[in-house]
Amino acid sequence: MRRDKTPPWVLVALLLAGIAAPFLFPAYILQIAILWIMVMFAVTWDIMGGQMGYNSLGNITFFGVGMYITGLVQVGLFTDIGPYTSARGGEQLVLNHADYFYGLLLGLAAASVGCAILAVLIGQTMFGLRGAYFAIGTLGIALSARELFGTWEWVGGGSGIALPVYPGYPDEKSQIFYWLCFVLAILAFMFVRWLYSTRFGLAINAIRDDEDKAEAMGIHTNRHKSFAWSVSAFFLGISGGLFGNMTGFVEPAEVAFPVVTFGIFMVAMSLLGGKGTLWGPVIGAVLFHVVKETTWTYFLGWQWIALGVIIIVNVVFFQQGIMGWLIMKFPERFGIAVDRSGSRDGGAQ
Amino acid sequence: MLVNFSLLIQAPLLNVQLMLDGLFIGAIFALAAYGLALVWGVMNVKNLAQGEFVIMGGYIAWYMGTLGIHPILALPVAAVLMFGFGWVLYVTIIRRVIARDLFTSLLATFGIALVIQQALNLAFGPAVQSAHSGFEIRSFFDGMVTVADIKFVSFGLCVLLAGAVVLFMKRSRMGQAIRATAQDARAAKVMGIDTERVYAFTYSLNCAICGAAGVLVSMIWVIQPFYGVPHSIRAFVIVTAAGLGNLPGVILAGLGLGLAEQYSGFVLGAQFQQATVVGLLVIVLIWRQYLLIKHRQVVR
Repeated sequence: MRRDKTPPWVLVALLLAGIAAPFLFPAYILQIAILWIMVMFAVTWDIMGGQMGYNSLGNITFFGVGMYITGLVQVGLFTDIGPYTSARGGEQLVLNHADYFYGLLLGLAAASVGCAILAVLIGQTMFGLRGAYFAIGTLGIALSARELFGTWEWVGGGSGIALPVYPGYPDEKSQIFYWLCFVLAILAFMFVRWLYSTRFGLAINAIRDDEDKAEAMGIHTNRHKSFAWSVSAFFLGISGGLFGNMTGFVEPAEVAFPVVTFGIFMVAMSLLGGKGTLWGPVIGAVLFHVVKETTWTYFLGWQWIALGVIIIVNVVFFQQGIMGWLIMKFPERFGIAVDRSGSRDGGAQ
Repeated sequence: MLVNFSLLIQAPLLNVQLMLDGLFIGAIFALAAYGLALVWGVMNVKNLAQGEFVIMGGYIAWYMGTLGIHPILALPVAAVLMFGFGWVLYVTIIRRVIARDLFTSLLATFGIALVIQQALNLAFGPAVQSAHSGFEIRSFFDGMVTVADIKFVSFGLCVLLAGAVVLFMKRSRMGQAIRATAQDARAAKVMGIDTERVYAFTYSLNCAICGAAGVLVSMIWVIQPFYGVPHSIRAFVIVTAAGLGNLPGVILAGLGLGLAEQYSGFVLGAQFQQATVVGLLVIVLIWRQYLLIKHRQVVR
C-alpha cells in the first residue's frame, strides 16, 4: 500500500492558492473555475487510464450525461421540459433562490448517482475489450451518446435546452460556481489519493500490469473495473452539471459532448503530467490549461493544429510525462530504491 | 419512421435505389478499410487518421477540379501525393510508435488526424465541397431510380484499384515482403527483408489507397474538413467486423455498411445516418466480446 508521501505543506499551499485565486484575479474567476474542472478531468481519467491501464477516450460521455440529467431535473422539477428547448422558443426559467439551489443540488445528486450507475452498465458491455479496442469502443460510446442526444426531440435535439437563470447577480453566480468547482476538484483529488493508498489501488495496478494474472490471483477484476469507472463517472457527472449551469445552456455537440476538445484534453493533460502517478494529472492539467488560456488567442486560428502537434510530440517523444521523467531522474526522492548492481559500472566485476 | 418503412414495401423500386447507392458508397468504404487492415495487420498500428487521409484525397481532386482538371485524372495524382505524404509521416512519427503499446499509436494518429482536419479547415474553409465530374444522371424505371453515371465509373475504378492492390500484394516482390513481415517480422528480417522499408511502404501504400478512395468520395459524395471522423469509424467498424487479413470479409462488410447506412438514413431519417455508423461500431465490438466471452473464465 503506497501512501502518498507529499509533504502536507504542499497540499496546504495549493488549498490556500485555490482560496486566494478568486480574490487575486477576480476577472478570470470563470477560467480558474474551469481550471479546477480540468484538474478533476485529468485526475478521474487517470484512475482508469493511468492506474488501471484502461485507456478510455469516452469519459466525456459521463460529463454530457451528467449535464443533461442536472438540466432535466432543474427544469423538470418546476415545469414541463418542452418550452425550454430552443427548438420551441427556448424560454428562460426564472426561479427564486431557494428553488434554484434546491433544483441544482438535487440535479447534481441525480447526475452523480445516475452517471455512476451508467458507468457500471456500460462497463458490463465494454470491459471485455482490451487495449486499443477499449479506447475505440469508448470513443464510439461517446460519439453515439452525442448522436442520440442530438436526435432526441424531448431534450431539444441538436439545438439544446436552456437551464434556469441564476436568480442573483452574475458576479455572485461566478463566485458560487467557482467554489463548487474548487470543492469538487479537492474532493476528487483527496478521494483518489485515499483510494490509491488502499488495497483497491494495488488491485487496479495489478490489473494494469497483467490482467490475466491478477484474475488468477483471485482479484475480482470485473468489480474493480466497474468501481473504478463509476468513481470517474460520479465526479464527471457532477462536473457536467456544474459546467452546464456555468454555460446556462445545454447542447449536444459543443457543450455536453465535446469529444475532441475536453474529451481529448483529459487524456492529453494526464499524459503531459505523467499518467499513473497521483500528482501527474494535476500538474499536467494546471500546466496545460494555463498555457492554453494564456497563449490560445495568439495562435490566430492555428491553436488546434498546435494542440494536435502537442499531443503527437507528447505521445511520441515524452510519453512518461513530467512526473514520470522526474521519477526516472530522481528515483530516490520518490522512495524508490535503485539496485545499481545490475547496471554497467556495478555489474561489470 | 413506420411510414417510411411501409413506403419501402409499397414501392419496391425505392429499395433498388437505396441498394445501388449503398453498394456504390460501400465499395469505397471497403477500399479505405482494406488500407486500415493492411496497416493494422502488418505494423499493428491502429490508424485513427484513416478518414482524414480519405478527405485529403478528396480535397486534392476538388482543388484540381477548380483548376479545370477532371477529377478522374486527379486519381493517380492523389495516390502519388498521398504516398509521399505517408512516407513523410512514417519517417517523422509512425516509425517511433510501432514498437510501443497499442494506445500510443492510437493517440499519435489521433493527433495527426486533428492536425490534418484543422489544416484543411484553414486552407479550404468549412464549406461542404464536391468535385464536379460533368457526367450525366441516368434514370431507370420511369425516373423512379436515378443514378449518376459517375457512380458507375467510380464503382468500376474502385474494383480496378482493389484488384490492382491485391495483385500487387500477391505478385510483386514488395507485396510478398509485406505479407512475410505481417506473418513474422523477425523471421522476415532474418531472411534479409528490410522490414523498416516494408513498414514505410505499407503505411505509404495505405495513404495512397485512402487518397484514391477520397477522390472517389469527392466525385460521388461530399467532402468537408471534419467529415474524416465518420470515415475512420467506418473503416474500424469494417475491419473489426471482418477481422484482419480477410479480404472477402472486408468487401462484404464494406458493402453491408454502405447498405445499412442508406437504409437507416431512409427509414429513421437523415440525422440517424451518423448514429448508425457509431452504433454499429459499438454493436460490433460488443458482439466480438460476446463471442470471446464463451471461451473466457472470469472470477465471479
